[in-house]
Amino acid sequence: MKQRQWDALRLPLIAVALGLLVGCILIVLAGNNPATAYWALVKGSLSGVTELGRTLDKATPLVMGGLAVAVAFKAGLFNIGGQGQLLLGAAVAAYFGFRFSMPTVIHLPLAMAMGGLAAGLLGWLVGVLKATRGTHEVITTIMLNFVAANLTDWLTSRDGPWKDPESGAIARTPLVNESAEIPRLGGLPTGFLVAVLAAGICWWVFEKTNFGFEVRTTGLNPKAARYAGIKTQRIIVTTMVMSAFLAGVGGAIETQGVAGRFQPGFNTGLGFDGITIALLARTNPLAVVPAALLIGAMDAGSTLMQAEADVAPEIISVIQASILFFIAAPSVVRFIVRMRSDAATDDDMRLSSGWGA
Amino acid sequence: MASPTNTKRLIPWFAAALVLAAIVAAWSWKSGDTEAVLGRTVRAAAPLILGGLCGLIGERSGIVNIGIEGQMLISAFAGFMASSYTAGMGTLASLVIGILAGMIAAALTGTFMGWCAISLKMDQIIAGTVVNIFAAGFTSYAFIQGRTQPTYPQWSVPVLADLPIVGKVFSQGPLTYVAFVVVIIVQFALFRSRWGLRTRAVGEHPSAADTVGIDVLRLRYVNMTIAGSLAGIAGMLLLQSASVFNRGMTNGIGFIALAVMLFGRYRPFGVLLGGLVLGFFNGLQAQLQFRQAFDIPPQFFGMIPFVFTIAVLAFAGVSARPPAAAGVPYEKE
Repeated sequence: MKQRQWDALRLPLIAVALGLLVGCILIVLAGNNPATAYWALVKGSLSGVTELGRTLDKATPLVMGGLAVAVAFKAGLFNIGGQGQLLLGAAVAAYFGFRFSMPTVIHLPLAMAMGGLAAGLLGWLVGVLKATRGTHEVITTIMLNFVAANLTDWLTSRDGPWKDPESGAIARTPLVNESAEIPRLGGLPTGFLVAVLAAGICWWVFEKTNFGFEVRTTGLNPKAARYAGIKTQRIIVTTMVMSAFLAGVGGAIETQGVAGRFQPGFNTGLGFDGITIALLARTNPLAVVPAALLIGAMDAGSTLMQAEADVAPEIISVIQASILFFIAAPSVVRFIVRMRSDAATDDDMRLSSGWGA
Repeated sequence: MASPTNTKRLIPWFAAALVLAAIVAAWSWKSGDTEAVLGRTVRAAAPLILGGLCGLIGERSGIVNIGIEGQMLISAFAGFMASSYTAGMGTLASLVIGILAGMIAAALTGTFMGWCAISLKMDQIIAGTVVNIFAAGFTSYAFIQGRTQPTYPQWSVPVLADLPIVGKVFSQGPLTYVAFVVVIIVQFALFRSRWGLRTRAVGEHPSAADTVGIDVLRLRYVNMTIAGSLAGIAGMLLLQSASVFNRGMTNGIGFIALAVMLFGRYRPFGVLLGGLVLGFFNGLQAQLQFRQAFDIPPQFFGMIPFVFTIAVLAFAGVSARPPAAAGVPYEKE
């Protein structure tokens, strides 16, 4: 491997290792065996086709959520609303999935696109408020998370219009029709391939096209971008819509390919996972895929970890927070592992620009 | 005829008169509900105000803090655990120990965020996100179901609590009163004390502050810690209402507090007003849900505070100018 690639990989790898170490300490403090716990984590995520399938199932919305955050980062935007966008996308895709029936070639992509578009609408609102009123996207996306959670809750509640009439007290939509289901190949979900494809497209759009260049310029220095004739307001709105669209499609894949229906409260916390993944990937769309696989594997294995080592699955969140911390603080990593300072680890990420603009 | 500036100065008074008239009208229509809503308004406003002040002190000294939600959650968890393990020492002692534990835990979290922002020069939004994810994960991981703690007493202010209309406002848990005292103290400290002048200088123009001999980094550390202890009280306020820790019990209040700070335009009294306004929507929402007054699903009432926050920021938030150095790590030249 070339030296430069190794340099870029080293920090994320060490950050993951240190994150696992923090988890290890907490597990020991709680009186459990970290070796058993981590071994169960590996077994529960990789040991067979079922486990592998579960890892890919978990990783799919994570790839999309990670892409959503990474793409927004390119324009200097921080999208913490992945959670709400995903919920809305999942619910709308479920509606189009169970309400209509048509040939698979149309139905499957249509339901997916509708989920994405519904989420994109949320992103559009965030982008417009940011571009025209200067309302900070961190606040609006968080607020919309709660709005989307309430809205989707209502849609499937007792009196909700999209509730499964046969589910009794359980709040959920009916199963989507077969023609909207994303097929599985030998136990493995093909939805994951869609997510990988999306990562490839994002990489191409944001690294290779004129539009991508304009987005990155806006993200690095909005004033200079404006001076160079880039319509930064339009860039902000478009990027925010694309970001939310990606998260929405992630929710749609979850509905059409994994759960088969929408049920409130499934995969909560996904919006925050997307942040960890995007930063672990250093906002490179292609690197989002392995980062999401790592986090997805942890999620997939956490059930077995609880069963075999009696460690609560929430430890995964703590490990993720630690990874995020080490990624964002290269100086700490350097202090711990006595790593040489170099350019690849020093181009840290800057997001805070105050609330005004 | 009044000049334009004079007319502008009258607007708050008109607004206040309108609000008063509306309250009296609502009370004469449905007295019980109005009193309950007012009581709930004050109760819901207190954590928003303290959370908002936490954000305000950080930002006034140059550090953007989006980790308030996490600080509150950590505080509520630490406070609950401390109170729960010391329940045998008597109600008062146990509650006081809980409050102190919550404040210290949140203050240390503030110091940690300060360390990230000041010494590590980490992106401050990421630092806050780290705290939020960690808090949600850790408190769920370490929480033991089934523990209990003593409940907080209700303190009624003599005479005032017996008044019509506002009676319920003066019958609150002890920490709620603390919130309203703290906001007055911070207002005066920020604009009338040496600490306040230095804090504002450090947030607006750190290098100038440095030139006149203010230790910029030290003051930022101190302020992040103080601010954290306020978020700690905010977290304990949630515990005061619920009497038991629940996973994810902050439920967005720490983020709404940020909106309250922006609404208040980085002024403590503005935060007070913003907290009361959002608290009112919260109180109204809770009362309407409780009475099932209209045939509207509860989820829509649940949306009110969030939709309102977005609307407020879209229409009023623009004119708020953040402190110039907020979000920028300070490097000595």
